Amino acid sequence: MSNALGETEIEVPIETFPIHKEKDPSRQASRLPPHRIVLILIGLALVASAALFMRWDWLPQYGGLILQGLWRTIWILVVTVVLGFLLAVPLGLAQASGPAILAIPARAFCTVIRGTPLLVQLWLLYYGLGSLFPQYPWIRGSELWPYLRQAWPYAVLALTLSYAGYEGEVMRGAFASVPKGQLEAARAFGMRRFTIFRRIWLPQAIHRALLTLAGEAVLQLKSTPLVATITVVDLYAVASRVRQDTFLTYEPLLLLAAGYLAITAIIVFLFRRVERLIPSKLG
Amino acid sequence: MADASIIPAGITGMFDLLSPVAPGWGANLLRGLVRSLQIAFGAFGMGLIIGTFGAYAKLYGGPIARDLAAIYTTLVRAIPELVMIILLYYAGTDLINRILEGMGYQRVDISGLVAGIVVLGFVQGAYATEVLRGAIKAIPQGEIEAARAYGMPPTLMMRRITLPAMLPHALPGLANLWLISTKDTALLAVVGFSELTLETRQAAGATKAYMTFYLAAGALYLLITLFSSVILEWVERRARRGMPSVKEAH
Repeated sequence: MSNALGETEIEVPIETFPIHKEKDPSRQASRLPPHRIVLILIGLALVASAALFMRWDWLPQYGGLILQGLWRTIWILVVTVVLGFLLAVPLGLAQASGPAILAIPARAFCTVIRGTPLLVQLWLLYYGLGSLFPQYPWIRGSELWPYLRQAWPYAVLALTLSYAGYEGEVMRGAFASVPKGQLEAARAFGMRRFTIFRRIWLPQAIHRALLTLAGEAVLQLKSTPLVATITVVDLYAVASRVRQDTFLTYEPLLLLAAGYLAITAIIVFLFRRVERLIPSKLG
Repeated sequence: MADASIIPAGITGMFDLLSPVAPGWGANLLRGLVRSLQIAFGAFGMGLIIGTFGAYAKLYGGPIARDLAAIYTTLVRAIPELVMIILLYYAGTDLINRILEGMGYQRVDISGLVAGIVVLGFVQGAYATEVLRGAIKAIPQGEIEAARAYGMPPTLMMRRITLPAMLPHALPGLANLWLISTKDTALLAVVGFSELTLETRQAAGATKAYMTFYLAAGALYLLITLFSSVILEWVERRARRGMPSVKEAH
């Protein structure tokens, strides 16, 4: 059982019964259990029957419009997420460590945004604010007027404010959860306040909030079809138009759902990539 | 009006428009508010029932039930609520009527209230599934094992052990779901169900006082949210009696 090598003895474990080695997890995952194969087959059959028995002859005619709508949906999503996040950082910072004069308005803003439906906010801005502007001649004369007459600036504004409201709350928690010792250490190094914020506080807060941010980005995607109610032609508006033109009930909606599923998958994938870029050895 | 001269004309006009008696539109808004609350309550309740079944399917179900529950929650949480509502509202009623006709029955007119509750409840169910699943997993599993060792049948165990023990863990998530539910009722305005948002839109369109009415609707929604948070906080405090506080546990 044990063999002597000079003076040192190396113990070899005694195998009283064969121990199966842990199977390669990648190979284990690749082998599908039978019930899942059946489910996949049923799913494929559903897709195939949808492709075969439903009417898709309108697709080539509306192809360009669909791509345009898809592009506008993604454009609005990206712009509002980026702008909303830029707004959320000061909102979260004000609530986490700002003086009362900044913290109270920031908290009030987040409460109001999170306490009212996005649809009401959107209509308040588009119909309410939009109906006030034409009363003032100097606004109509200004260079902004061509933009204020269109719908998309209101859509972008409403979605940005909404994302900032929800995200401000997330960032407040993230800023507050960065260990105080980190900030004290940075101060002991003689870093200036902005440098501390840029190098220590913000990166750690973003890392803590990243999972929530991914979820909120998906929620934001799910809010984008609301802009169709104020005449912005996004993916949802295109599908509605196809439904009105062709009198089809199911086909455009199924395509729409598939489109949003695909975009959701892409968002989740991208955030997972970003998450892997950050070394995670935080306590 | 003796003191009308003190208040600026714009403000008095605003209150005239919002007054609950006939020339004002306040009564319409309040009717919409009641309908919104009805739908929110119904959808939340239905979501809880679906969520309980979904959570049990995900935790204790066979492989097929588990996969089906996973498909349900993934799909519903990835597709926008508005699309789900349109899909279930139009396609769902169409499908039910086609099935009824196929079986030789008369077509039925599904009321907006029922359809709204079912549609939003279906969406809420997916989120409730995740909340309840997490809450059940947060119970010390020894409690459930002990109940099983006593020979409790599953339903009794659910009633006496699982549901009461998971409640404090589930409450924050469920409170959030209730707030989402009240706000999601606004989406039914898009399919023409006259709840608060659509009533507001009609009032605003008729009087051209868009700002007034949308601000009023926003204030009503905000009141629901704030009032609910006070109550939910109280419920949560009651349910967590005797448990270590969340802050200390960190």
